[in-house]
Amino acid sequence: MAEQQAHQANQANQAHQAQRAKRNYSIIGPESKRAQERGLASAEWYTSPIPRAKMKELMKRRNGPAIRDTIIWFGGLVILGYLAYLSWGTWWAIPAFLAYGVLYATPGDSRWHECGHGTAFKTPWMNEVMYQIASFMVLRSATPWRWSHARHHTDTIIVGRDPEIITERPPIWKILLLEIFHLYGGPNEIRRFFLHTVGRMGEEEKEYIPESQFRKVYWEARVYLLIILAIAGACVYAGSILPAMFVFLPSFYGAAVVITFGVTQHLGLYEDVLDHRLNSRTIYMNPVLRFLYWNMNYHVEHHMFPMVPYHALPKLHEEMKPDCPAARPSLWAALKEVVSALIKQKKDPAYVVVKPLPPTARPYMYGIEHNLDIKVQA
Amino acid sequence: MSDLQWVAACGVDDIEEEDVIRFDHGDRTFAIYRTDKGDWHASDGYCTHERFHLSNGLVMGSVIECPKHNGRFDIVTGAAKRAPVCVDLKKYPVKIEGDTVYIRI
Repeated sequence: MAEQQAHQANQANQAHQAQRAKRNYSIIGPESKRAQERGLASAEWYTSPIPRAKMKELMKRRNGPAIRDTIIWFGGLVILGYLAYLSWGTWWAIPAFLAYGVLYATPGDSRWHECGHGTAFKTPWMNEVMYQIASFMVLRSATPWRWSHARHHTDTIIVGRDPEIITERPPIWKILLLEIFHLYGGPNEIRRFFLHTVGRMGEEEKEYIPESQFRKVYWEARVYLLIILAIAGACVYAGSILPAMFVFLPSFYGAAVVITFGVTQHLGLYEDVLDHRLNSRTIYMNPVLRFLYWNMNYHVEHHMFPMVPYHALPKLHEEMKPDCPAARPSLWAALKEVVSALIKQKKDPAYVVVKPLPPTARPYMYGIEHNLDIKVQA
Repeated sequence: MSDLQWVAACGVDDIEEEDVIRFDHGDRTFAIYRTDKGDWHASDGYCTHERFHLSNGLVMGSVIECPKHNGRFDIVTGAAKRAPVCVDLKKYPVKIEGDTVYIRI
């Protein structure tokens, strides 16, 4: 087994050495064709062997946890929002709005994600309502991002296929720094709102959004723009930016934790592999961070089994532990690993972090050439 | 004259209520379902959105959710119920004889 792993790692490294040249990350560029030719597009991915009965238990949907968390979240926003309102015009407004903004954008992102998968609540309409609200809160067009995220799950970190790769190799630091205040993705999204409002679709979007959805996309964008215009009107009427400080602007000034979590998901790890243990990172976090992130720190688990709702991910993690590399011990440790890897990738784009597997694990699956013939124990 | 024939797919005890299993026949693959009411259904095995087998999915009442992208189908009608699935699932007639589940393909 050790020989096979070494052989696989060697093959993958050779492939990565060949990729030292700067690659084109566009999903409508030459890398898209290359990924398809290599069998990496819509491929079969490695999954850890979990008995069906256990999976059924883990996949079970419940309304309770998400309703509880939603009440806490919106309750927290009302309290922090009121304190921020009272502090307006004083220096206290800075920490008060920072706290409000983080509580607005961070769960906004994770609720957008979980409800987009339709797993957070048992009741479908609850997922949909929360998805639409959260999409606006994080300024993501609901339908385009639903399809973009589906592609991200089909072809996770496959260059030329995945539209949600945060930054290419070598990394573009400017994008990461701008994203602390959502100043890269935010303006891009607003540009897309305008494009959709006038009934046009981006070329990359056409690659993953079916034509049957275009009309819906255009109408959603018009509604978003109306809301933004209403907020702008409220600001003009009030003679203050205060209304926008509660809705719309928090997507920008409250984005720091969103990007902090976001960079730890995949950056510094493998591209172009068919094993989420190689391209995703699981991190232990405290209960407060896990509440904000809705357990997406269990990222290997989420990608391998997206049917499992956020509240069952800790249990899934325990089931998968013998088959996975050790989880990063903290957010800080994960951030250090990411930054260190990105610095190395600046000089050597082929550099990746790879963690050893425990002796109980099945070997890593670097590409389609390795048919592991995995049998799940019933 | 129709070429369709009844093929034994599995035993009635092979599937629990509210569950699904895979059945391969020649070069074709199917999903055999048992809903929460205990009735039986069969469809093409792969999701109409991407090539992922529905037998790894979750049956909730009479709905099947695809394991990869959480798209949903009505098991009874095959209708696509939730994005990213937009195309209905092809269904096949099912009958039970003795302890065996047959599908007409």
